[in-house]
Amino acid sequence: MSAAKRIYMDHSSGKPVDDRAVEAMLLYMQKSYGNPSSLHGMGQEARKALDEARTKIAELINAERKETIVFTSGATESNNLAIKGVAYRNKDKGTRILASRIEHMSVINPCRYLTTKGFEAVFLPVDGYGFLDLGALEEKLAENTVLVSVAYANGEIGTTQPIGEISKIVHSKKAYLHVDAAAACGQIPIDVRAEGIDLLTISSNDTYGPKGTGALYIKDGTRLEPLMHGGGQEKGLRSGTENIPAIVGFGKAAELAKKEMSTRAERLTRLRDKLIKGLLEAVPYSYLNGHPTRRLPDNVSVRYSFIEGESMLLSLEMEGVLASSGSACTAKTLEPSHVLLAIGLKHEEAHGSLMFTLGRQNTEEEVNHVIAVMPGIVKRLRAMSPLTPKKLID
Amino acid sequence: MYTEKVMDHFKNPRNMGEIPDADGVGTVGNPVCGDLMTIYIKVKDNRLEDIKFKTFGCGSAIATSSMITELAKGKTLEEAMKITRGDVADSLGGLPPVKMHCSNLAADALHAAIENYYKRRGEEVKK
Repeated sequence: MSAAKRIYMDHSSGKPVDDRAVEAMLLYMQKSYGNPSSLHGMGQEARKALDEARTKIAELINAERKETIVFTSGATESNNLAIKGVAYRNKDKGTRILASRIEHMSVINPCRYLTTKGFEAVFLPVDGYGFLDLGALEEKLAENTVLVSVAYANGEIGTTQPIGEISKIVHSKKAYLHVDAAAACGQIPIDVRAEGIDLLTISSNDTYGPKGTGALYIKDGTRLEPLMHGGGQEKGLRSGTENIPAIVGFGKAAELAKKEMSTRAERLTRLRDKLIKGLLEAVPYSYLNGHPTRRLPDNVSVRYSFIEGESMLLSLEMEGVLASSGSACTAKTLEPSHVLLAIGLKHEEAHGSLMFTLGRQNTEEEVNHVIAVMPGIVKRLRAMSPLTPKKLID
Repeated sequence: MYTEKVMDHFKNPRNMGEIPDADGVGTVGNPVCGDLMTIYIKVKDNRLEDIKFKTFGCGSAIATSSMITELAKGKTLEEAMKITRGDVADSLGGLPPVKMHCSNLAADALHAAIENYYKRRGEEVKK
């Protein structure tokens, strides 16, 4: 395979939009561009499209009714609305918020922000696989806890949480459970009712819908305040004219994700396990991050001792492979990924991490290519590194 | 993100390796930060007769290490002590702002190697 052909394995950062979603969107950009708040015919077409999309999102997560779905601009906004919205509205009840240490920054930073507004944020530890420490959850879950936020699955290391079990603990103290399902939704089955979820963040692009939209599931009876004030759209929880084309695409993508979930997941899991096995077998001092089986079908997170992630990424791109890394050097900050540190990796181990997130268009041939090129990349960089033991260099 | 020059030095690093009987060795950085560089020098008649590097780090860490060996080779020790981080970055056609501090350590490693050379000889560092 030539390097000119790009092999994209960074799907947790961005996904293509499903052709069928694009097709569904076009009508609402070009021919039926009304505002759902308008009374006339074109407005009502938009209203109908909005309702249908809402129904499809609700069905994807087995929500009780479509009215529990509020559309937002994406997962970051959904997380902000869930955390700040619940905190502000329930301040009379308590001021403590719990979240795991491996949450996305769009959960961690709203929690940190709230500490400047009279709230207390407690970040809970996880074990070496990334599973939430349930003992710590019980211990920190005080009477004044209003909200606990835990991701369904971690976007960096792929580990999936036992949400049902977490929910029982959280509800024993009458706190709300917010679950960020941006990474998981559309990939693995989620049932908000069976699993006892009060608020669930969903991302459109992560389900192969367009960027710029997302949703928050809000269980009936959950009290929260809006962050955006204006015309009172989305039951007053999210003012602003609805992004109809994007929402229609999101709805179509959700419908397809529900229908095709098991075949997609089966195929990706097979490619994932092949890639993990191939990468780890070919090179000594290489390790898997996260749990081997209780992980997202698309996630391959590995680390190599003695070398650094960004130099691996640059080398991979020279071979046509686009991936991402847990190293500081690829991010805006100088710290390595907080997720990798929280699962107990040393800084230098975290710096040596690579993440491949697979997608629907990835093929077995592409997986084989990555497995084939990785040993040479690692060998070259290890030969350059002063940390590499002499016995590993020919 | 990187200039062609940076990528060239990353792909084809100059003077990579160790000098087993080096006259001076300088190491800067820390694997905790994601960058660690070691520069080895061989000195003859007050000039850098040979220079090699080993680096753990990102693309710019490797490229700056490679670049400094090109800039310093053949220079007098005094001249080599005057090479700055800015010189290294400029010679590479610039580095992304975030990399200017964290990964642009090569000049420091070179200076540390020269200081080590003087120290081994029991001499004062000449700047």
